[in-house]
Amino acid sequence: MNGPQDMGGFTRFGPVNPETDEPVFHSHWERRLFAVALATGATGSWNIDISRHTRESLPAHVYWSSSYYEIWLRGLVKLTTELGLITGEELAAGHMLVQPLPVKRVLAAGEVASAMAKTSSYIRPLDRPARFKPGDLVRTRVLTREGHTRLPRYAMGRLGEIVAVHGAHVFPDASAHGKGEDPHWLYGVRFSARELWGKDTPDSVCLDLWEPYLEPA
Amino acid sequence: MAHDGHDHEGSELSPIALRVKALESLLTEKGYIDPAALDQLIDVYETKVGPRNGAKVVAKAWSDPAYADWLKRDATAAIASMGYTGRQGEHMVALFNTPTLHNMVVCTLCSCYPWPVLGLPPVWYKSMPYRSRAVIEPRAVLAEFGVTVPDGVEVRVWDSTAEVRYLVIPLRPSGTAGWSEDKLAAIVTRNAMIGTGLVTVPA
Repeated sequence: MNGPQDMGGFTRFGPVNPETDEPVFHSHWERRLFAVALATGATGSWNIDISRHTRESLPAHVYWSSSYYEIWLRGLVKLTTELGLITGEELAAGHMLVQPLPVKRVLAAGEVASAMAKTSSYIRPLDRPARFKPGDLVRTRVLTREGHTRLPRYAMGRLGEIVAVHGAHVFPDASAHGKGEDPHWLYGVRFSARELWGKDTPDSVCLDLWEPYLEPA
Repeated sequence: MAHDGHDHEGSELSPIALRVKALESLLTEKGYIDPAALDQLIDVYETKVGPRNGAKVVAKAWSDPAYADWLKRDATAAIASMGYTGRQGEHMVALFNTPTLHNMVVCTLCSCYPWPVLGLPPVWYKSMPYRSRAVIEPRAVLAEFGVTVPDGVEVRVWDSTAEVRYLVIPLRPSGTAGWSEDKLAAIVTRNAMIGTGLVTVPA
């Protein structure tokens, strides 16, 4: 999916405008929404790839004109509604109209600090060796996916060098669509600014890319 | 980014604040979330987990060569040894700046950021200008932070496209020989650990 999230390389969004002494949250609703999103996520009703894909599936003009936490809100409403956890009628009415669905767990007060500090690895066992090693030259594939992917368009069809092998990780292209974890080897791949942008500078960009995104060069 | 100045206590709630409130109360009524847990989540990320954690990692890396070496080999374990673990920090990599290499981190596709060491990302990191431009014109972006990297130095931008999270270990400034880890940590800024700042000794 060529979604609105895939914005690496655009130059017309304006200046960055960093804020000095920025607070963690800029208004009370952001604070509440952040916690609501994490707590609802903790019910185990979806994984991180599904939630990213839901946000990316917003109409482009909505995505591009929403603030960060507005995108979170729209994504959370879309996901909880699609899964049947809540209904649009309930949101409009402001109270429960249909019985809740069973969920795997409810994050309780007192468990929060330990739940957030818990490390759940994305590395999975894989019974085949890594195809590439550091120093290998690779070319990214040109992939037009209907669904979720983590290969940005700006890095498709480009020549790069393997700089790291991170192990076999859960593959978002499958995991975002209920197709299981389908682990693949994950690599750090470095591309020169000349290769990506035709720029004569010593600069470079490194991306983390799964083996299905790569072919030998 | 649209900031909401109309929903502080005692004044009327903005439309989006009302929508969030309605969603929270519905999810609570249906038993999916516990409001007391929400308060704790906010407290963890507003007051406990933040860039002071990362600054301590950097200060230790500057002070202890064995620790720096561990951080290079296995940042996840080296950082966990200081008690910083968890969500959005499952697979850590430390990027050491050198006199010929300046590292800078972005997530063009969303806003991936190493929460256990830096806390929640600032608005600019999540903003479309930063996400879109950091990879194509990093030096122009750095200039907006007041940072100039010499022409001969490589700017290497790390686009966090997977669950690997990056922490930049900035160059230790001169004039800090003999400083304690606490004193060093105090001068390490969040932006320096993202790569949009340099560490300097306060005048």
